[in-house]
Amino acid sequence: MMTRLIQIVSTLLLAALLVGCERFPMNTVQHGYRGTGMVQVYNPRTLETQDALNTAPAPLPAAATDGPRAKDVYKNVQVLGNLSAGEFVRVMTAMTNWVAPTEGCVYCHNPANFAEDTKYTKVVARRMVEMTRHINSDWKNHVAETGVTCYTCHRGNPVPAQVWFTAPPQDKGADFIGDLAGQNIAGKMVNLSSLPTDPLTPYLLEDKPIRVNGPTALPSGNRQSIKQAEWTYGLMTHMSNSLGVNCTYCHNSRSFQTWEGGPPQRVTAYYGIRMARDLNNDYMTPLTETFPPERKGAGGDVAKVSCATCHQGAYKPLYGTSMLKEHPELAATP
Amino acid sequence: MAEYQNLFTTVQVTGPIHHGPELPHGDSPRTGETPMIVHLLGRLGNAQIGPIYLGGLGLASLILGTLAFNIIGLNMLASVNWDPVQFVRQLFWLALEPPSPAHGLGFAPLNQGGWWQIAGLFLTASMLFWWARVYRRARQLGMGTHVAWAFAAAIWLFLVLGLIRPVLMGTWGESVPFGIFPHLDWTAAFSLRYGNLFYNPFHALSIAFLYGSVLLFAMHGATILAVGRYGGEREIEQIVDRGTASERAALFWRWTMGFNATMESIHRWAWWFAVLCPLVGGIGILLTGTVVDNWYLWAIKHGVAPPYPPVFDPVIDPATLQGAKP
Repeated sequence: MMTRLIQIVSTLLLAALLVGCERFPMNTVQHGYRGTGMVQVYNPRTLETQDALNTAPAPLPAAATDGPRAKDVYKNVQVLGNLSAGEFVRVMTAMTNWVAPTEGCVYCHNPANFAEDTKYTKVVARRMVEMTRHINSDWKNHVAETGVTCYTCHRGNPVPAQVWFTAPPQDKGADFIGDLAGQNIAGKMVNLSSLPTDPLTPYLLEDKPIRVNGPTALPSGNRQSIKQAEWTYGLMTHMSNSLGVNCTYCHNSRSFQTWEGGPPQRVTAYYGIRMARDLNNDYMTPLTETFPPERKGAGGDVAKVSCATCHQGAYKPLYGTSMLKEHPELAATP
Repeated sequence: MAEYQNLFTTVQVTGPIHHGPELPHGDSPRTGETPMIVHLLGRLGNAQIGPIYLGGLGLASLILGTLAFNIIGLNMLASVNWDPVQFVRQLFWLALEPPSPAHGLGFAPLNQGGWWQIAGLFLTASMLFWWARVYRRARQLGMGTHVAWAFAAAIWLFLVLGLIRPVLMGTWGESVPFGIFPHLDWTAAFSLRYGNLFYNPFHALSIAFLYGSVLLFAMHGATILAVGRYGGEREIEQIVDRGTASERAALFWRWTMGFNATMESIHRWAWWFAVLCPLVGGIGILLTGTVVDNWYLWAIKHGVAPPYPPVFDPVIDPATLQGAKP
């Protein structure tokens, strides 16, 4: 009887220990020279759930490019005025489908007067169209010719599912005991590890140095600390998680700092970090006052862009489908 | 009729309760006048619990260790706003962090690493007192001090990580946080910062001794259990007459791999493998950052890391291009 009880309890304990694990089998894909651990590990069941999320919606039928310009037909068209009226209506319809499919036109427009800028959402949307054009023309080293559209981030949500806010400082009371040092709690941005919980503010908003390795074998003045390495590690965990890839997707398994002989994806990622920083500083932060308080973070900051905002778990958003080629108006620099 | 088995035995042979030899003048008396007999513990080891020798060193070690444990635990509890539920949920994530590198080797404010310094001091003192106690108890029993020196090897690694290396680097910020996951993250960050610890030859040696210890432990444990049916685990009898168990064990390994350790030398093998694991590991940690800043580049420089044929198109660090953004 006693033995049976012990057996049951230990079986249950063993099962409880394993419930947090992902089920086998995994798919592994070699990505580099054999025997160097350059392998990507994919969970086919996770990929299956991502398929729907990463399928691009069917494009709207193309509109005539001739005829009167939108700025002459409609009032207060500041950014897309050079499109034909037909193209303009088409992109407005597409934006509604991409960003506010449930809410419709009135999410941004006053139904009594579409030209009015009274709703904050319209002011933001205009700036976002400019941002999309900026990405597509000035950040080709990250988005290449695939480019981005509103849908890349929004995916049918008025607010993209994966935005981030600067973590408010820890309430330390009398600052006597219990300092978290910005880490050591299960952090969502760092895949529930105990790494620094907000590794995005220093790198995707500010431009703190990311590199921690020295250029020489022996010490030659590199003063980067292990603690700094933990912050960089946090950022990299965020990137890995956002793209659904391992470290070795970008890095040489033998030396994470070495560019020589490493995967070219790292160059794309390098520009991605700079792009996110540029967008947060030049587009999102200036909109802080435009957004109502309920759209802002606990510290009153604006929602910001990270790798996850576009990638949403895929190595390329929408697995590399270009929606931009159906919408050349979002690529043009006026 | 119950059958005698040598592992998880169902039959417990209990002799008269043994208090051990008289202690010399100046030693405190042992605690636990009437030792307990606990059947369940008898299934794993000796059923007799106590008497235990506490003494001044043991008392000092326990008090300091408890203080360190409580400082760490209360800091963890305070870091989740004294919420017991979150404390349990997040226990493996919580930690007490060392001061930031900006504080150098000076005293840090209490909540910016000061608690870590106090806890570290208490924990170090506690371990050193426990070491002295282990040494002295061995001497009192007329034993060698092998256990104390094996323990010293572990303390060496602990001191390298938390005291010697941080002092050489000039900052407590290089030291390890007290916490379950945080200390593992620290280990990974340490390797990332210093260019891949796998290229540190002392790290490699330490792993060899770690795996070697495991192998030796398995071989020795298995050998003794295998000759248990001839009384191979009964040390007293084996001393008087090595007899069939010991001879069989020796013969088994001589037949299997041409060489056998002896009843004495196998324990020397095990001791050295176990001791060398933290000993060389500590040397590897001590050299990192102080003597070698980047182990991968060091290994390339000295031909330790082999070159691999290129697989990808050549990649250039974008930061080195003209007009690159930082």
